[in-house]
Amino acid sequence: MKNVIALTAAIALLTAPFTTAYAAVSVSGSTSVSNVVEVLAETYQKSSRHNVDVQGTGSSSGILAAKNGTSMIGMSSRELRPDEAAPDTQQLVIARDGIALIVNNNNPVESLTREQIKRIYRKEITNWQEVGGDNKAIVVVTRDASSGTREAFEKILGLKRRVNGIPVTSISAAAQVANGNGMVKTLVANNDYAISYISLGSVDDNLLKSLKVDNVEASEKNILSGQYSIARPFILLFKNELDPQAADFIRYIMSDTGQSIVAEQGYIRVN
Amino acid sequence: MNTCTKNSDSGIFLRPTPKPDRLGTFFHLLFICCAMVGVVSLATIAWFLFSEGLPAFRQAGVIELVFGSEWLPPALFGIFPMIVASLISTFGAVLIGVPIAILTAVFLAELAPKWLADIVRPAVELLAGIPSVVYGFFGLVVIVPAIEVLFNIPAGNTLLAGVIVLAIMILPTVITISETSIRALPPVYKEGALALGASHIYSIFKVLIPAARSGILTGVALGIARAIGETMAIIMVMGNAPAMPGSILEPARTLTANIAMEMSYATGIHASALYSTGIVLLIFIVLLNAGLLYINKKSVH
Repeated sequence: MKNVIALTAAIALLTAPFTTAYAAVSVSGSTSVSNVVEVLAETYQKSSRHNVDVQGTGSSSGILAAKNGTSMIGMSSRELRPDEAAPDTQQLVIARDGIALIVNNNNPVESLTREQIKRIYRKEITNWQEVGGDNKAIVVVTRDASSGTREAFEKILGLKRRVNGIPVTSISAAAQVANGNGMVKTLVANNDYAISYISLGSVDDNLLKSLKVDNVEASEKNILSGQYSIARPFILLFKNELDPQAADFIRYIMSDTGQSIVAEQGYIRVN
Repeated sequence: MNTCTKNSDSGIFLRPTPKPDRLGTFFHLLFICCAMVGVVSLATIAWFLFSEGLPAFRQAGVIELVFGSEWLPPALFGIFPMIVASLISTFGAVLIGVPIAILTAVFLAELAPKWLADIVRPAVELLAGIPSVVYGFFGLVVIVPAIEVLFNIPAGNTLLAGVIVLAIMILPTVITISETSIRALPPVYKEGALALGASHIYSIFKVLIPAARSGILTGVALGIARAIGETMAIIMVMGNAPAMPGSILEPARTLTANIAMEMSYATGIHASALYSTGIVLLIFIVLLNAGLLYINKKSVH
């Protein structure tokens, strides 16, 4: 008899979350943003009984989904174009992603322009002398194609081209490929004339230095103010009249707990 | 107890057992099962590779895939630069590694005083046990900077760095097998050569090494298989650029490195193209083994 009672109680406890569960908060859009929002949703679901359903579909479809209401919240990893904005849709920047250009400490070059960086990665500029450095060949190091940092780097600088109608990278095929942040740092730390890029949060080696871009230093302050240009905002979009559960999730993201998770994931907190 | 080998046929007639030999049958089956594990694995791997890789061949075309020179997924899937990189790095490793290995094997089997052999042999065996990521790291911090200084080039992450690391990695395999096959020769070979007035060195090069050829070639084939299949160390020292290397002082990407670097995220036709990279690799290994069988057969007759 005792067993039966215990079993019933156990079943009741197990099914309780389902019976009282609310409809899930739906979030869709940029795959880069969804990496962070998924982690946020996981911790959020532990502390509340609301379910959050996150789908990475790309920035453009995330913006569209928020405007026509297919998702309660849309995600974008780029600023909206004027024709994409709608009067009844709000935007909220939840984090910023910055990419630092790194070179060896022994390299005299301190600053590059966006255009120079683009041309270096296309191998149109191949000698440091052309950008004010020593008369030495530039060793271009990039990341493997699965890297989110590479994806962001290519998108921000426009290092993309089309082959047979399919967008592909325009980073030179002769560039060295490192399969991880650790290897990027080892390569640049051991080679005086190498250049590469990593997330701003990962520049911690005293053998490396990060370059100024268009004479603006790569720092959290300059990224937050929008002056440092190799950076992108992580934006959430939602209707003015927002579902209360979705509003609660957004409050959680902007709270101190949510923002520390953003920082843990290697992005810059905005709050 | 009767065994089920061919040689015991006569025993069955001499001493027939009244009840069936269950233990014998069990072990017979056990041996067959064990022997089949390798064959079944190979068949499964081949079937898997072909079923996953054929869509890429069908969509991109065999010629475009195997002889295409641009690797730009998801648009272009030319793996020719990687085939070239794999072949050059393996061939270079054999060119440097095999002579060193054979001379070491002769030294250990014929010339070395016991105390020295007792130092060299464990060292070689230990070399076989070092994980490839450690070879890669060694290459990255020692060989790569050395190449930069020696050849005065901006980056030492080159085909040459891969060749040197692979040459060191195949040493233990070739040395161990060559030494064993030289030691396994009947003593009459050497005794006969010496009795005919040949010097020790002459008998080594003209009698012992030719006589042990089959074993040495097996060692070389296993070394080549290791070199062409090596991945981790190569990713760390060769620079992995998917462009056609213009010389051995330029970075390059091997077939194995291509699979390892991109498999984690590839989808659709891109993933399929990586499996077809695996098919090309498998075909190379089959050709290699077939070539070795042919050479061995010719040397017997």
